[in-house]
Amino acid sequence: MGYRLGVDVGGTFTDLLLFNEDTGAFWRHKTPSTPHDSSEGILNGVEAITQEAGVAASEIEYFLHGTTVATNAVLEGKGAKVGLIVTEGYRDVMQIARSFVPGGLAAWIVWPKPQPLAHLEDTVEVPERMGADGDVVRDLNEDAVRAAMRKLKAQGVEALTVSLINAYVNGAHETRIGDIAAEELPNIPVSLSHEVLPEMQEYERTLSTVANAAVRPVVSNYVSNLRDKLEAQEMKGRLSLLRSDGGLMSSQKAEEHPVNILMSGPAGGVTGALWVGKNAGVKNILTLDVGGTSTDVALIEGLEPRRQRTTEVGHLSVRASALDVKTVGAGGGSIAHVPELTGALRVGPESAGAVPGPVAYNKGGELPTVTDANVVLGYLPEDLLGGSFQLDREGAKKAVQTIADALGVSLMEAARGIIDIVNENMFGALRMISVQQGYDPRDFAVMGFGGAGPLHVNAVAKLMGSWPAISPVSPGVLCALGDATTRMRTETARSFSKLARDTDVSELMAVLDEMENQTRGELLADGVPESAITSEFEVDVRYAGQAFEVPLTIDRATLEKDGIEGLLARFDAEHLRLFTFNMETPHEIVNLRAVALGIAPDLPANELPKGDGDPAAAKIRDHTLWMDGEERAAVIYDRAKLKQGDIIPGPAIITEMDSTTLVENGCTASVDKVGNILINLTEEG
Amino acid sequence: MPAEIIETNQTTFQSVEIDPVTLDIIENALRNARIEMDATLVRTAMSPGIREQGDAFPLIADPSGKMIVGQFGSFIDGFLTQFDGTIEDGDMIFLSDPYSCDGAVSHSNDWLVLLPVFKDGRLIAYTAMFGHQSDIGGSVPGSMPINASSIFEEGVRIPPVKIWRKGEYNEDLMKLVMHQTRKRDWCQADLNALIASCRVASKRIIEMAERFGDDVYVSATQELLARNHRAMKALIAQAIPEAKASFEDYICDDGKGYGPYKIKCTMWREGDKVILDFDGTDPQSAASINFFLNENMFKMFFGIYMIMVFDPQILFNDGFYDLIEVRIPEGSLLKPQFPAALSGRTHALGRIFDILGGLLGQGTPEFLNAAGFSSSPHLFYSGWDTSKDRRDWFQLFQIGFGGIPGRPLGDGPDGHSLWPGFTNVPNEFLERYFPLRIERYSTEPDSGGAGKHRGGNGIHMTYRFLADGEIAIHDDRWFVPPWGVNGGHPGARAKKVLERADGTSVIVGNKVEDVPVKAGDLLHFITWGGGGWGDPLERDPDLVGLEIRQGLVTPEGAKAYGVVADEDGAVDTAATEAMRSKIRSERGDLPLFDYGPGIETLRANCEEETGLPAPIQPEWHDQMAEAAE
Repeated sequence: MGYRLGVDVGGTFTDLLLFNEDTGAFWRHKTPSTPHDSSEGILNGVEAITQEAGVAASEIEYFLHGTTVATNAVLEGKGAKVGLIVTEGYRDVMQIARSFVPGGLAAWIVWPKPQPLAHLEDTVEVPERMGADGDVVRDLNEDAVRAAMRKLKAQGVEALTVSLINAYVNGAHETRIGDIAAEELPNIPVSLSHEVLPEMQEYERTLSTVANAAVRPVVSNYVSNLRDKLEAQEMKGRLSLLRSDGGLMSSQKAEEHPVNILMSGPAGGVTGALWVGKNAGVKNILTLDVGGTSTDVALIEGLEPRRQRTTEVGHLSVRASALDVKTVGAGGGSIAHVPELTGALRVGPESAGAVPGPVAYNKGGELPTVTDANVVLGYLPEDLLGGSFQLDREGAKKAVQTIADALGVSLMEAARGIIDIVNENMFGALRMISVQQGYDPRDFAVMGFGGAGPLHVNAVAKLMGSWPAISPVSPGVLCALGDATTRMRTETARSFSKLARDTDVSELMAVLDEMENQTRGELLADGVPESAITSEFEVDVRYAGQAFEVPLTIDRATLEKDGIEGLLARFDAEHLRLFTFNMETPHEIVNLRAVALGIAPDLPANELPKGDGDPAAAKIRDHTLWMDGEERAAVIYDRAKLKQGDIIPGPAIITEMDSTTLVENGCTASVDKVGNILINLTEEG
Repeated sequence: MPAEIIETNQTTFQSVEIDPVTLDIIENALRNARIEMDATLVRTAMSPGIREQGDAFPLIADPSGKMIVGQFGSFIDGFLTQFDGTIEDGDMIFLSDPYSCDGAVSHSNDWLVLLPVFKDGRLIAYTAMFGHQSDIGGSVPGSMPINASSIFEEGVRIPPVKIWRKGEYNEDLMKLVMHQTRKRDWCQADLNALIASCRVASKRIIEMAERFGDDVYVSATQELLARNHRAMKALIAQAIPEAKASFEDYICDDGKGYGPYKIKCTMWREGDKVILDFDGTDPQSAASINFFLNENMFKMFFGIYMIMVFDPQILFNDGFYDLIEVRIPEGSLLKPQFPAALSGRTHALGRIFDILGGLLGQGTPEFLNAAGFSSSPHLFYSGWDTSKDRRDWFQLFQIGFGGIPGRPLGDGPDGHSLWPGFTNVPNEFLERYFPLRIERYSTEPDSGGAGKHRGGNGIHMTYRFLADGEIAIHDDRWFVPPWGVNGGHPGARAKKVLERADGTSVIVGNKVEDVPVKAGDLLHFITWGGGGWGDPLERDPDLVGLEIRQGLVTPEGAKAYGVVADEDGAVDTAATEAMRSKIRSERGDLPLFDYGPGIETLRANCEEETGLPAPIQPEWHDQMAEAAE
């Protein structure tokens, strides 16, 4: 077999991870990102990593890639100019959106007016109407359709979207408009809402369709450019992109349905955590991905990450499956401040970002950040590994002193206060995805990654009562690792909207069969062999009248054996767990989904040599840091020299190329056989 | 007699020193608990009013009943002085009668659940939440008869009672209550949701107390209150002058032909204290537009407007209440006498925010917003749907939205909600579950007031009814327009038109009950636009042209900006220049507030402009007499 290459392009760095499928050996590389054309950075990285590994580019079988290209196109408004055709009377569907203004009372005063993704001047109405039951209420006026298209053409639209009322029940008018578009606008890509998202709710369906159309040309250019350049380097392997839901899709498929890769970036970390969890024998994991400006968290239960039906990008909520990743504005660059009025200590959401960055980086930053507090406390040693980079501890002290003065506490107390607050913010985010969803965090481990995750993971584990705290192998490139180790996935969804008592298993199965065929067909077309495809179904159930559905995973055999009653019993149990009560109201089966999955690659992890439990060989030097109210002696270790079975008592610091792991006082770290660091509370006596 | 609180553990909480970090952590945890309350509610409630529109409000209070987190301020103190009973571990209080809780909830549709949180035999907190029930019985579907003469027509009235007494569920009581509503399933689900939310918050509070210690937790809540007190004291000294300032605005009518009702508020500072005096407000109405305004609630609204500007991260709480005194005249629209009807209070509640904005903003025009916080327009549609070969009762209660005013920040969004957390109900959802079709769902061009920053347009929603039934409409801002500021124009007024299937067309009032409709009839439900901000002549003519192409402004409407443009939005630059200088030379100084032509002129032109008769001026004497009947 050959090699898999995972590539994650971030704002500052492009991370690469090259994986030998047979031995589990891997190489990692970080290279500066090249925002004007990401493929440059990628190619630099590919050259460096293949050289280091002594591997020819042609030996790379799979090129697996997480990218924020679609996300940024939406956030920065750089998508295509989309023309939108709607039912007469609905031109303002995107302008009114859901009438929702975020924030509390009076928050409207400071909420910027959003601009719709398809501009209102490029939105046109056509006379036609479907009823809620799918009957034609008013015939499609084809002359008006042609006139509308000519108008949009004159305005220079680059993509066309059609979203008609009740098209989720009957898409005939949309299909006809698509046919007319092929004549009138032959070179313009067309998206029909009932194909992109055959679900109720006109705003969400329209938005998802428009978002898809808007990012399509951007993603398409990006992918074909990358493909060409890779081929020029003799890389002929299969190019796949990471979906927001943590699966992979072929690059061709991603070009058609880019709405599925809007959250490709953060999904990489979660799939990376999955692979690490598998090797470390940990099945329930809370992930903590700490970057410079924000922290992403997600929940994995039984090696299955939680997914949600919507992808949140900026203020837009697009209907496409995504891993349930929550983001808080708390990271290494978060700025600490004390508002004069209240005298409270606040950390973030303002961030010093990469420029000017924390004071300790000496790049012009003047305001105290979380990183500065870590430096002051001694958690981040001044001389990072190799001595190539010296942190300015005196500068950091000066900045944090301003906080100490405002609060009337000592320098160290202020610094630890900043760390405590930022940890608390991460804790708050983790609670949202655990306790609030009915999960007990004590049943989970916490895994910290990204640049600063391993610095905070021990303290956050203490707050959550979630053990062990894990610092995975290569925490700095875990996203790229996730890209390299996940599997192909596709799914389709449909509104069903029937009371459970008004339907039966055979009716459900008929629809699910059709959806199964469709999804398997998509994977087949992407080159996944028939024998490697597995199918899963999901059924959304709620009490009729509720807005919130509980998704239940089910397979054919179980559905046929336990019937709809079995499904409803599971729903009741889940509802009770989440909300503490059940109701006598009839159940409604809301949506159906079919998922087709490729085979998960069985990728072994590389074992470390066995040690005798004593990490002395990896020791760099003695150190002091401030923790639990006093200066304490600690030791700094070199992660690359640790052996399996090594036991490290806290407080201790373990450094590596791109990350630093902090073991807190009263805790003990152990190194597992593949190099993950697992931290637990030190057992008494 | 005040409530008797029974604690098995008599040890008082010790006041302990809290370090600032612990304090901020507890503040954060409380904020998260509140968010969790909202999330629990929305996921389990069933009525579209709560589920989709989020019409519900959470609260966490300290053992004395002061609000630590929430939005509307605490009523618990007032409730405790009036409640003639015990508060014990395992109790849960349920109420809906505004007159029994000093206006904590302001109409009987709002069901409130209050959970005293005990830990180790001591009362450590309260959690509470109230939410709008779509139907609680009474004379009309929806239980908000605009023309009700007393609260007895407005459905079941629940004085403070115990759903749970020492852990025992009072099933008979709940049977009795649920027997009064037309929508038992919604009420039951929504009540369950309120209870689940309070329980979630109570669990979080106990976890916090376990983590930090009871004394630390309680001391932290006291310090959070004190922190707000200090902050507000500084703000008041800085921002509120000793000289009196007044502001007034109106409720257009009461659905019985009287109006407009003036609400007037005067503000001044005496030492550390702000006085907010509603003297000059019109008398209570004989109909249901009365708003029983709880003084603490108004203090909270005032505080929110003040604090937002300086440290938006701070939690609003009750800590500053003794710095504010609110005076409301007895028998006025804002303090009606029992048994005055209250169900239609939403208009005055909304208008309070326009008044606060005008009152606080007039000293600093650069921060002033225009008007538009009108109200929540309501539509009720009910009847029997026979289309599926059976008779199904249907009942729709829908909240509409209008234009957000022009703001210092920029244009007001079109067709959005000023209420936090509210969203519209998707039209495909409506069409699937109710016998109707929404044939038009758009913004109303030119309805947003002209200004450098345009007011948001109102919404034009056209309903095609598919079953015979009855409708009711509650809306406002149809007579007195939403004012513009700093030279901005007022927004357009609301309007309702019924096009009968037989081809006739009638203008319908904005507060009507029991209007029969036939299958095939069309209702145009048009809401108000937000007021404009700043001189419209300073708006970029090309932007006006673009908005013509977008259908948000018409060529006729562009003239208010001094812009001459055609149907395609092409601006005639020379003509525009000429028009603008003509307007400049003819107009005087720009007014700080533009209220439109004034009440008397509005009255004189009412019939001609709105198609509806002018309302009759309410009088203190007559109204009191009528209310007393």
